[in-house]
Amino acid sequence: MRIVRGVAGLLGEALVTLGVVLLLFVGWQLWWTDVVSDADSAQVVATMQQEFDDPSSAWVHPDKAMPGDAFAIVRIPRFGEKFARPLYEGTTSDVLARGIGHYTGTALPGEVGNFAMAGHRTTYGKPFNRIAELRKGDVVLVETRDTWFVYRVSGHQIVPPTQVSVLLPVPDEPDAEPGTAVLTMTSCHPEFSARERFVVHAELDASYPHAQGVPADVWEVAG
Amino acid sequence: MSFYGLLWRLLPGPRALKVVQAAILLLAVVAVLFTWVFPLVAPYMPFNDTTVGE
Repeated sequence: MRIVRGVAGLLGEALVTLGVVLLLFVGWQLWWTDVVSDADSAQVVATMQQEFDDPSSAWVHPDKAMPGDAFAIVRIPRFGEKFARPLYEGTTSDVLARGIGHYTGTALPGEVGNFAMAGHRTTYGKPFNRIAELRKGDVVLVETRDTWFVYRVSGHQIVPPTQVSVLLPVPDEPDAEPGTAVLTMTSCHPEFSARERFVVHAELDASYPHAQGVPADVWEVAG
Repeated sequence: MSFYGLLWRLLPGPRALKVVQAAILLLAVVAVLFTWVFPLVAPYMPFNDTTVGE
């Protein structure tokens, strides 16, 4: 009897401990990864900003970026005036834990073809948390050291995770020859699930030399 | 038989000191989980996939 009670006691302790660890994991995933990623993103963006303003500084040109290199800043006025996230080369989980990732092999900012990127919708700073709020005509700004690229949202679709054709030079058209510069953003859908992907497409609307900056109306968010 | 009971008895000193030691141990365990264990487990969670791919 004593043994049974002892074993039951130990088992109870183990189960309570497991429960606490699971709760801690939820807290880590939902809160702590945001804290870490937000602080890291803010620091990387601030550093890049300084580099962009100083022509003599070292900077990785987008076509030379190695996996894990940050080469641009992504700004989306719909997500708030202060929204600015680093764009890294590659889409591995390490990269996406720190910011937005550029699908290696897809077009570069401003280039004809499909410039594609991925970002978390929940956790790890959740850069694309509000991706479903983007409307047609909304601005996605991509800032590199030379150039401001202004993309405008053209539409969205919800696809299965296997539908890689959204990344084609002309999205979803395997044999088409690209004639315009488009942007594709992918994130998970629904939130907290990997069942589908939320995909937003945008088209290059204008580009401006970095020193010149962008017109003020780019920052206006419609209704 | 109790793991936490045994741990409590093994901690030296008066009650106040035991409380401090237990708190430090707890913090150390949480730190290990946050820094090494959870990041290892996270890629297997279903809500962390944002890319399209085979």
